[in-house]
Amino acid sequence: MSEVTLSVKNLRKAIGKREIIKGVNFELKRGEVFGFLGPNGAGKTTTIRMLVGLIKPTSGSIEICGYNVVTDFTKAMSYLGCIVENPEMYSYLSGWENLQHFARMLPKVDQNHIEEVVNLVRLQERIHDPVKTYSLGMRQRLGIAQALLGKPSLLILDEPTNGLDPMGIREMRSFIRYLAETEGLTVLVSSHLLSEIQLMCDRVAIITKGEIIKVDSVDNLLTLQERLIWKVCPIEKAEVILSKYTNVTKSGDEELITPFIEGETALWNKSLIENGVEVKEMNRKLPALEDLFLEMTGGESVD
Amino acid sequence: MINLVHNEMLKIVRRKKLVYVALIIAVLVSLFTYAQFKEIERRIERVGSIDWRTTLQQQIIDTQNRLTSSGISEEWKGQLSLRIQQQQYYLDHNVNPMEPGAPTFTRTFAENSITLFLPLMVMVIAADLVSSERSAGTIKLLLTRPVKRWKILLSKYVALILSVSIIIFMYGFLSYMISGIVFGYQGWSAPILTGFTSEAGELITSSAQMIPQWQYLFMEFSLVWFVAVIVGTITFMLSVLIRSTPVGMGVMLAALISGAILSNMVSSWETAKYFFMINLDLTAYLAGNAPPIEGMTLGFSLVVLTISGLVAILISFIVFIKQDVY
Repeated sequence: MSEVTLSVKNLRKAIGKREIIKGVNFELKRGEVFGFLGPNGAGKTTTIRMLVGLIKPTSGSIEICGYNVVTDFTKAMSYLGCIVENPEMYSYLSGWENLQHFARMLPKVDQNHIEEVVNLVRLQERIHDPVKTYSLGMRQRLGIAQALLGKPSLLILDEPTNGLDPMGIREMRSFIRYLAETEGLTVLVSSHLLSEIQLMCDRVAIITKGEIIKVDSVDNLLTLQERLIWKVCPIEKAEVILSKYTNVTKSGDEELITPFIEGETALWNKSLIENGVEVKEMNRKLPALEDLFLEMTGGESVD
Repeated sequence: MINLVHNEMLKIVRRKKLVYVALIIAVLVSLFTYAQFKEIERRIERVGSIDWRTTLQQQIIDTQNRLTSSGISEEWKGQLSLRIQQQQYYLDHNVNPMEPGAPTFTRTFAENSITLFLPLMVMVIAADLVSSERSAGTIKLLLTRPVKRWKILLSKYVALILSVSIIIFMYGFLSYMISGIVFGYQGWSAPILTGFTSEAGELITSSAQMIPQWQYLFMEFSLVWFVAVIVGTITFMLSVLIRSTPVGMGVMLAALISGAILSNMVSSWETAKYFFMINLDLTAYLAGNAPPIEGMTLGFSLVVLTISGLVAILISFIVFIKQDVY
């Protein structure tokens, strides 16, 4: 399960003199859902467009299943399925005709496989209706069907839940997890919605101003920043004692904040009590990815 | 590649573009047929109901008399005998020269529409071939398939050539079928004079000859097809370069109309003859009309158009392959 399906090395893009992507590096492994998180205008879409070959990188390399997107375009693309931004289809054709259209652009896709894909995204009832009569959720599903036609190893979805209703978002989320876990696809999902990423991804890259500032597993990121809030009295004494063990920051008049370290915090507590400090409250706080994000990007707007 | 062309044709056909073009042509042909019919009616009224055969016979005799008279140049003699042959044909085949059949109507209709109307019909197909994919966003799906960009553009271009050919065929077919209802379908082998050239403002008739109308029509429609392909190619380039379809169409329309206007006023601006839009009226060479600028010949115009087309294709492919798609 450690095959690398996408490897991005030192990817840069400059438009004129302005560098909008400043050296992006990451690797995706088989069967994982990787989140690409950043505020609007951080360079998510530009990066994704480079990954799928719509934009040529100024420098750096992108390899999909070992094939370079620029120099070995056709081979690389045959392992890739993608939706970039909205899943635009030919609205005057039916869903089925759209899929046939895209199937004709692939090296041999038979009718049975198109049917399989349609069933997978549960569009079988409306597949012969014109796309212009589809709801956004159905279009999104048709978009995924289209991306899955070529039996890809890597699926890149740019803002897959954009514009969906809560029900649609939940469906999409479980569908993406299903694809990764059961079908063994690698899925790269971009989003500016933190809650989304937190719920569906294994690992996440946080990108802002054209740079990746952090790549880690969602679990790691969250526990790394897990904090313990102490309500103690007298606070000065407690601060002195706790700073012997760890970093302490004072918050307000009666609160101290330390990192939460499993197995050690009990010792700190013991030490406080032995030294005559009254511990009124110990509150373990799991930060949302949101806090983390704001912290890392220096409070840049996220919506 | 066949699959890709299949896709592109599907997109053209399913948007009913060819149907619209056919409808426009049918309406216009009916309109002109009626106009022509009225015109003939008026002419017959004016001339009176004298049997046209008598008139024609009289004309032939007159011309023969002139031929025998002295002091007439060899060239002029050739010219006159051609005319006699033509008139004799009408007489022999019972064709009233004032009442053209469907082939004649088709011929003149094509002559009159080569510079503006037909290019317009071609534009209906070509103007949004690439730009519509761009504005609808479907280009992102097209360009992320395991297919090289040049193949995608080539498939679109092939689809364009096919559609242009279909349009030209529909054009000939519809104008023949519709006008034939009124004028009859006869006249395929009527003799047509061609081969005139003009030099220094004088008509050179030395190479004039008479060919049957079907042969003339064949030549004419080949030229019409060629012009349509070139106009299509240039519009295609604009569709690659300009994101907005209406703007692309506007640019092309401006070029065509300026060509029509310039043709009437550039006789003193010689370098204007290198513009493609001045060179569109290829059938005029066939009919022997004077070209807009001194020294322009069929060969010259063909070369100018070919070069314009090649440059347009080159630009289209280079831009399409290199372009970043946002």
